Amino acid sequence: MVNVFLMGKKYSVPSNLTIMAAIEYAGYQLVRGCGCRNGFCGACATIYRIKGDRELKACLACETKVQNDMYVATLPFFPLVKQVFDIEKIPATQAVMMQLYPEIYACIGCNACTKSCTQSLNVMQYIAYAQRGEFEKCAEESFDCVMCGVCSSRCPAGISHPQVAMLARRINGKYLAPKCQHLEDRVKEIKDGTFNELMEAIMQKPISEMKELYNTRDIEK
Amino acid sequence: MYTSQNMLDSIKKVEAAREANAVLEPRRMTAEEKEKLLATYHPDYKQSEFAVLTVGPNKGEKVPLELAELLQANSRIKDMDIDLTKIDYDVDVLVIGGGGAGSSAAIEADNGGAKTMIVTKLRIGDANTMMAEGGIQAADKPNDSPAQHYLDAFGGGHFAAKPELLYRLVTEAPDAIQWLSDLGVEFDKTEDGTMVTTHGGGTSRKRMHAAKDYSGAEIMRTLRDEVLNRGIPVVDFTAAIELILDKDGKAAGAVLMNMETREIKIARAKTVIIATGGAGRLHYQGFPTSNHYGATADGLVLAYRVGAKLLYADTLQYHPTGVAYPEQIFGALVTEKVRSLGAKLVNVNGEAFMHPLETRDVSAASIIRECSDRGNGVATAEGVGVWLDTPMIELKNGEGTIEKRIPAMMRMFAKHNIDIRKEPILVYPTLHYQNGGIDISADGMSGVENLYVAGEAVGGIHGRNRLMGNSLLDIIVFGRNAGKSASAKAATFDKVGELTLEHVKAFDKQLKEAGIETDVVSPKLLPTYNHGNPEFEKGAF
Repeated sequence: MVNVFLMGKKYSVPSNLTIMAAIEYAGYQLVRGCGCRNGFCGACATIYRIKGDRELKACLACETKVQNDMYVATLPFFPLVKQVFDIEKIPATQAVMMQLYPEIYACIGCNACTKSCTQSLNVMQYIAYAQRGEFEKCAEESFDCVMCGVCSSRCPAGISHPQVAMLARRINGKYLAPKCQHLEDRVKEIKDGTFNELMEAIMQKPISEMKELYNTRDIEK
Repeated sequence: MYTSQNMLDSIKKVEAAREANAVLEPRRMTAEEKEKLLATYHPDYKQSEFAVLTVGPNKGEKVPLELAELLQANSRIKDMDIDLTKIDYDVDVLVIGGGGAGSSAAIEADNGGAKTMIVTKLRIGDANTMMAEGGIQAADKPNDSPAQHYLDAFGGGHFAAKPELLYRLVTEAPDAIQWLSDLGVEFDKTEDGTMVTTHGGGTSRKRMHAAKDYSGAEIMRTLRDEVLNRGIPVVDFTAAIELILDKDGKAAGAVLMNMETREIKIARAKTVIIATGGAGRLHYQGFPTSNHYGATADGLVLAYRVGAKLLYADTLQYHPTGVAYPEQIFGALVTEKVRSLGAKLVNVNGEAFMHPLETRDVSAASIIRECSDRGNGVATAEGVGVWLDTPMIELKNGEGTIEKRIPAMMRMFAKHNIDIRKEPILVYPTLHYQNGGIDISADGMSGVENLYVAGEAVGGIHGRNRLMGNSLLDIIVFGRNAGKSASAKAATFDKVGELTLEHVKAFDKQLKEAGIETDVVSPKLLPTYNHGNPEFEKGAF
């Protein structure tokens, strides 16, 4: 067993639990601050300090084990700024960043965002890419972001990093990534009815024939 | 990092056999072998874990014990005075659930000109969609066709899918990918734009599209962003706890409850879409789950109480590769893509005991057999597992493949000091997906007029087993479909009839008549976990 301080209150919990499980072990039923329980959704952003240590650390409560004398504050919501835009009309240029998220140019390079990232991403670097309108690089660097908001909570310039990255990824996905010709062709073929006969033929087959077809089908290597 | 001696000893055997196992092409099972395996080891065939319903539209049919308890439970508004004349939200289309299906539906309903609102018991994006890792299927390559996709899915689902639903799924798949791409969803592509596609269990063509192993997260966050850009209202931390009908028995809204303050609100709507997702958090048969915190089959309960029929509610998917070790992530999903990329399932003796890409039900049953009757599992503190030999991926495809293609898996294990590039991982089946659900017609409508359903809450699209990558696909195809249908239907009439909750009373009466006395209330909304704290009675997890 270890002692943990959940929002300041002391509980004794088994040492093998995650922070999230420890909160539940203590008797809470979570409504906020709990989502996928598996490191994908960012609902359980948490800030902690080990007694005697000056450094504040950030993590996801669902995948971090408790430690003795751990002081835990959950951050189930953080007021990120999300600017509204029309993806059909937005220009894929640096100007859009200046227009929607001008605060990124006030970055003072303190790197607190990167240090606090629960996914160990190079957050300051992807903001630098965004500043320069390098959307593809920003998208790649930020790709594993779960939008938990810890970076923004630590930012002296008031940047909403996850939302900046979201914008960059959508611009990249829609306008900058190479077009997929075989996909466009297939969508058109289906619209043109190219597969109608094939579909009708297979759907009309009795189950016994379907089974035979399925069990003997050729599987691409 | 593995420390127990039995694991370390076994790993030595796995390492010694790795090169030989990597080039091995294990035989696929015959149809007869698969049938026998499933009947003996798959949890769906364990009769003692099912109960026959005695009330409601599926009376006489069996469903899992935990679901039966909720379907035949008390309404949360049983002893409440609900004032249906005070309308808090008045919309054309009410979407219940803020996952991939609900968001897709809301976007299309918005496109259709309907006044649309999403209500969700947690946040928008808190859904199984966010956790889908491996990818999304679509037959969009020259060597593939919708008919081939149909054959794979129909056979993989034991020839039980509703043909008109499966037809939609496969023929609208390429358009779904195009739609996502146009919204800005990033897919793994080569430099000339060709999609990087792989196999999933039971596919005959490589048609699994992915965004690394964050496929669902990338789709979900983009859909969420689009919903917010459009200004579609999202009422979060608010659960639908009962559907409202009009005097003619058509769906006409929902009773909502604030999850924190317990305040009741009334939503009136011309059409309602249930997109509430799955049921993993009911922990059928005591299995851990890969599912989201909110996956408690709420939509099935709501729909059942207004008289909508369920289909295949007795079939669940146990994903073959849930985490068996370490315990902190017990039951979490290890994407099938790990096997698509070449990792094989290996037993305690280092033997690759099966073809890694059988369908999920067959793979799960095979692992259960290996760990039970055959005694070839690796013991852990929580139970048992088999190895998924991840270093094989880099052996086959070169160094760096894991970091590039499955970074989420690498990160998840790295947080517990396991380097999946160098060490194999221990897996065991985990409750993953609700194959069955509410029965719908091709336009997405349930048996109750003006009540639509999309996503995992639907039954019949996949039959009795679902292939990898067909769920991300189904939430998009049937989410869009439901949104279009529901907005079009809402446009055909001006006024919603007089609201009623008489069906709740009527259902309660049926329970009494059937002799069911229970303290259970439903929908469940959230699970309760106490992790074995002796202070609390409940809680097996």
